[in-house]
Amino acid sequence: MADLSIDLGGIRSPNPFWLASGPPTSTAYQAHRAFEAGWGGFVWKTIGDPIVNVSSRYSAMHLGSMRIVGLNNIELISDRSIETNFREIAEVKKRWPHHAVIASLMTDTREKWHDLVKRGEDAGSDGFELNFGCPHGMCERGMGSAVGQNPDVAEKITSWVMEAATKPVIVKLTPNITNVVYAARAAKRAGANAISLINTINSITNVDLDRFVPEPYVDGASTHGGYCGPAVKPIALNMVQSCAEDAEVGLPISGIGGISNWRDAAEFIALGSTGVQVCTAVMHRGFRIVEEMNEGLSAYLDGKGMQSVRELVGKAVHSLRRWENLNLNFKRAARINYDLCIGCNLCHIACEDGAHQCIDLIDPEANGIGYGPGRMPHKAVPKIREEDCVGCNLCSLVCPVDDCIKMVEIPNGKEPMSWSNYQDRLAKGEMQPIPPHP
Amino acid sequence: MRLAVLVREYGIQHDSLTMNTPHQNDTLFPLMADKNAPLTDRAAKAEALRCLFCFDAPCIAACPTGIDIPTFIRKISTGHAAGAAKTILTANILGASCARVCPTQVLCEGACVVGHDHEPVKIGLLQRYATDYVTERDIQVLEPVKNWSKFRVAVVGGGPAGLGCAAELAQRGHKVVVFEKDSYAGGLNTYGIAYYKMKPQVSLQELALVESLGVEIQTGVTVGKDIPAEKLLADFDAVFVGIGLGRGVKLGVPGEEGPGVREALDFIRDIHELPLAEVPVGKHVVVIGGGNTAIDAVDQAKRLGAVTAALAYRRGEDQMSAYRFERELARADGCTILLNASPVEILRGTDGRVCGVKFVRTEVDACGKMSPVAGSEWIPPCDQVLLAIGQTKQEGFLRKLFPQLKIDAKGRVEVDPATGATSMAKVFAGGDCANGGKEVVNAVGEGKKAALAIHKMLAGETAGPHLQPSRYGTGGRPAGSGILNPVRVEER
Repeated sequence: MADLSIDLGGIRSPNPFWLASGPPTSTAYQAHRAFEAGWGGFVWKTIGDPIVNVSSRYSAMHLGSMRIVGLNNIELISDRSIETNFREIAEVKKRWPHHAVIASLMTDTREKWHDLVKRGEDAGSDGFELNFGCPHGMCERGMGSAVGQNPDVAEKITSWVMEAATKPVIVKLTPNITNVVYAARAAKRAGANAISLINTINSITNVDLDRFVPEPYVDGASTHGGYCGPAVKPIALNMVQSCAEDAEVGLPISGIGGISNWRDAAEFIALGSTGVQVCTAVMHRGFRIVEEMNEGLSAYLDGKGMQSVRELVGKAVHSLRRWENLNLNFKRAARINYDLCIGCNLCHIACEDGAHQCIDLIDPEANGIGYGPGRMPHKAVPKIREEDCVGCNLCSLVCPVDDCIKMVEIPNGKEPMSWSNYQDRLAKGEMQPIPPHP
Repeated sequence: MRLAVLVREYGIQHDSLTMNTPHQNDTLFPLMADKNAPLTDRAAKAEALRCLFCFDAPCIAACPTGIDIPTFIRKISTGHAAGAAKTILTANILGASCARVCPTQVLCEGACVVGHDHEPVKIGLLQRYATDYVTERDIQVLEPVKNWSKFRVAVVGGGPAGLGCAAELAQRGHKVVVFEKDSYAGGLNTYGIAYYKMKPQVSLQELALVESLGVEIQTGVTVGKDIPAEKLLADFDAVFVGIGLGRGVKLGVPGEEGPGVREALDFIRDIHELPLAEVPVGKHVVVIGGGNTAIDAVDQAKRLGAVTAALAYRRGEDQMSAYRFERELARADGCTILLNASPVEILRGTDGRVCGVKFVRTEVDACGKMSPVAGSEWIPPCDQVLLAIGQTKQEGFLRKLFPQLKIDAKGRVEVDPATGATSMAKVFAGGDCANGGKEVVNAVGEGKKAALAIHKMLAGETAGPHLQPSRYGTGGRPAGSGILNPVRVEER
């Protein structure tokens, strides 16, 4: 059994699965339930001067039969008093000494930051997360993403916190910024112990086409919310990896954004996260999903012969390169496995109308292909014209049958040549320009 | 009064229309209620989302009316059921009844690629969902044409073939008069579908739909008796013949004549015309035959309260023309299927009432030759015999109507399968009288194909369903949209 415990910038937890600051982390009651279910850490719903929330608060993007592919939220930070929150943190820490309880904080002046940090440490918090990312409500008051979007301000505030904190400090970054790496570097300069990302993304999920007001509906109006859930995972992965590969950042990362299961978590870890945080998946299905996450990750690590989560951290970070350093001479092409092909011909029409016109429909009888599962007499089957296939992957993406269309490497004996190499060689007159695609 | 007006303004009344209403009987005979529950909105959406939206979808090739199934399903998935109904009804005017009576297992759903390793998409139920949606809300999805051509077409027989032809012609601007000998058009759709599959109201609503397109349906008119065929040829620019099949084939055994023995189709017709409690059903019913009508009869007899209901077939189960899923349904409903049972005599008591059927067991040799096994006779108790051993062709009637019309050796009107054209220039034919007896959906498709050919003949325009090029198959071989060359699927 692989060791799932982690140490993220000095915060230890029995497994890498933390609950992200949000509606599931508002109370001690939830913390007890979460730790009983198997969560490793609990980032308390952001504590600050209590606010007043509106009704209603969430909306979602559903896709087909799938509910909540993305969730949009206009709830603010904790609406409970600072005293109540810290009193409950103390209660929770007493009962769960080996689990991580992190106080997420948001306030404005240096004095108030110092005060919150002190009270948080007194309550027994294992660390702090600075909420520089909340994209609604608080930013209009000069907090949340208003801080995160300005690296200088973020650096300043982080340094105030570092003056007072003896426990590790995580700076939570907003994705609503041109390049998240600058904000991460600011956190580093200020001495933070770790970063967490991403916070939610500015969003409008949908428009009610009868009322012409989006949800969440508040008395005839709505507002821009924060988007999260499975749909944001690709954006989050991109930002996590960007921070992980940046030499100036060099901070442990707590990955957040659309993580719903062990696979998502493993991908975040492979792209440089030390641990992960989950919120929307729990809002959708409750705390008990963590059983699958713990078991799945453990089994995966065992299968890979890894002794601990640490061995997985960052495994894929350096597989990403700048586009100009990719090999232009690499050739991939699609191959159809006719024993699996059910004859939906979606690959044909995707290629024909949507890509590069290199999948023909042919007569399976005349071409010795015969009938596979679900295919009928006289029914055309797709055939790749490999010489014209650019290896774009689209057919394999639309194919509804697992492993039916495989993208295979076509060896061509050519030396690797990136765009940068190509430009060099052209400049030196070592080669002719590659002719444009006909 | 026109049927459309009756349906639209008064609803279907048992008294005024002498047709059964579901409300009246279903509570007394719960087993006669619809076998399949309609899909709820949520179930329909979830089911629709299972469709892969295949390009060149095989379900279309397997539909004899070539409905663009992936497109209508996609419309359901996005909450546009009225648009889905338009897609269906444009291709198949009897889409609502086909949704209920089609053997989808060997048609669209049998071809569904999703079905290769799990349940195919429930195309029939989705089609019902969409067509019910517009019927229940009285949404008009097919607009009648505004400018009529100068051409008039007579349709002889108001069954599925005739209606398919009439609706298509009307939508192309030609005036159509349908001559129907019965009180209501619709043919077997109105009178002959198992009651637990479809209520006759669905057929009547479809008649109203056809009429709403401007088609005139004259009921109670027998061509050749009430109006001479020559008059049709003289008064109309084209004639479509869709008269279906004739009376049932006789068994030819002693005791057959007399009370207690009747055609299965007459029994089924009673179910549609009488209050269910008044339909004569024996205590011990024996249905002779091995086809789907035999199954419908035996199953309905059981559902109407027969103590035993047995279907007797002369050969083995593999030779039965009834679909496997129909046989399974009958058995699940408590019917018995007697195989290799050849009726020898129908026994009657001194009062003339049927009291049993004498069967002899048969053997079928390797060459398929069937012979009785001597001394193997047995007599199951029986007080009602229903015959479902096929229907006669209307050869004599056809010869009387159109003496020049070529009829093949099997008694079917000779037609060009692509156009329904017969040996007579102005006369087209389709449906059971030309194909010898197939599904409702085949009849609609053939009527429609003939309509397109008539339109071409009259207006000089080639009209056809809009097809993506590859639906014509590869190597010039038409895979068809279904309407041109429907693919038949083996039962899984």
